Amino acid sequence: MSSLEAIWRIESARIVGALTRYTGDLELAEDVAQEAVAEALVSWPRDGEPANPVGWLLATARRRAIDAFRRRAARDEKYALLAVEDTDGSDGHLWDPDRIDDDVLALMFVACHPVLSPEARVALTLRTVGGLSTEEIARAFLVPVPTVQARITRAKKTIAAARVPFEVPPVAERRERLGGVLSVLYVIFTEGSTATAGDSLLRQDLAYEAVRLTRTLAALLPGEPEVFGLLALCELTASRFPARTGPDGEAILLEQQDRRRWDRSAIRRGRAALGQAAAAGRGLGPYGLQAAIAACHAAADSVAATDWERVVLLYEALGRVAPSPVVELNRAVAVAMAGSPAEGLLMVDELVATDRLPGSHLVPSVRGELLTRLGRTAEARAELELAARLCANARERAVLLDKARALN
Amino acid sequence: MAKYMLIMRNTDETQAKMADTPFDEMLETVGRFNEELIKAGVLVAAEGLDDASQGVVVDYSGETPVITDGPYGETKELFGGFYLIDVPTKEEAIEWAKRLPAFPGAKCEVRRVPGIDEFPQDNEWIRKERAWREQTGQL
Repeated sequence: MSSLEAIWRIESARIVGALTRYTGDLELAEDVAQEAVAEALVSWPRDGEPANPVGWLLATARRRAIDAFRRRAARDEKYALLAVEDTDGSDGHLWDPDRIDDDVLALMFVACHPVLSPEARVALTLRTVGGLSTEEIARAFLVPVPTVQARITRAKKTIAAARVPFEVPPVAERRERLGGVLSVLYVIFTEGSTATAGDSLLRQDLAYEAVRLTRTLAALLPGEPEVFGLLALCELTASRFPARTGPDGEAILLEQQDRRRWDRSAIRRGRAALGQAAAAGRGLGPYGLQAAIAACHAAADSVAATDWERVVLLYEALGRVAPSPVVELNRAVAVAMAGSPAEGLLMVDELVATDRLPGSHLVPSVRGELLTRLGRTAEARAELELAARLCANARERAVLLDKARALN
Repeated sequence: MAKYMLIMRNTDETQAKMADTPFDEMLETVGRFNEELIKAGVLVAAEGLDDASQGVVVDYSGETPVITDGPYGETKELFGGFYLIDVPTKEEAIEWAKRLPAFPGAKCEVRRVPGIDEFPQDNEWIRKERAWREQTGQL
């Protein structure tokens, strides 16, 4: 990695943000920013790195933008005014310290705008706010480079066609729109934290990228508890990364993890963020509640020592603010762990009866666990074997089959 | 991600310039830089050291350690403080180091901080240290 790449990773959001405010056109801003980077790739090694690299990138991008305005002025009057601005080689005061935070925030809100498809939001956020290259995004999401390229191009055209304003949404819409931003960051984190053999390190980088962006969002919007809730959830989940894969890259489930390998400083940061989320006094939201559950695990030396009663209460609360069959299933597990496997089994059977998680291996795998605990081994074995058949991940399947075999 | 320590190394001259700078001005300059690190989501820890003249040096040249009051005789560079940051690459750590508020003549050393995972996990002392980190929540 060159110093240019490092600068780009650190500054891309602010550079693209400032240029979008200046041009009023995200697509043009992104294009001229990329052109400035391409120019730097040639001229910096030749002439040496400029004393103010960010100012250089901004000034170069701005010149390119003005060139574009001149070309457009022939077709469209409104560009004529922008095109006459002098090109004195400065950044034209694009770098306004009082506006830069709002520019970055506006960029996040635009990249996560509801007019875009979820995949487009993720790609555009990573590209414009995170400063990742198209190739990096493609590698992280295991999709071909042209697919990502097309998503980003389309996304920028959609933003322009829908005339999405470059602004932090007005207070009335902000909370709802913030939910959209948080869900994009959460998707990036989850994608990165899915333990997949082989490329697990690469994916971990993606998860850390989400953590970095969430920290930035928390620093820019300190009054929003759910931002801290998400940050806490990411930090606490990431704290388990060192323990969740074995020497051969195999997934290790929470129960079997060597908890001494958990990253204590990440846990501490996660707890602090959770404290911030709770301090607002409005009650925890869905991310905050999941973080609180993760914090229960982080505080316990072992599965047995976990405060399962509290975990049950937190899942009940989560089920009310964000109902989902997966939450129900987790609540059933927690109820069983808190000492009532029979009650947990009833809850799982309810899920089966209403067919709310059709085709998922999770239901039979949990059923198998609970039946094992209740001593109904024949039924347990059948459930675990069914779970193995439904499971798409080879390593998880192996674990399930091992459990079934152990019941013989 | 990896942790890097940015270690400030001052000289007598830069120390003197620092002493001549109004304290509020210093606080603002350093504060702005720290805020950049926070907004970028990379700051783990930061500490500045007390005046070198208040420190002592323990010298192991002889058979028994010899204590002398600071500053440090032949040593021209004095540690002034450190930042601990969490970044994906060494180049990003260097990029942040380039932006550190520093007086001309000062230096910053960029060093990676290995994680405890990089040590042999079955070693008794590493296990003990892990346990201590676990109990105290140390970095």
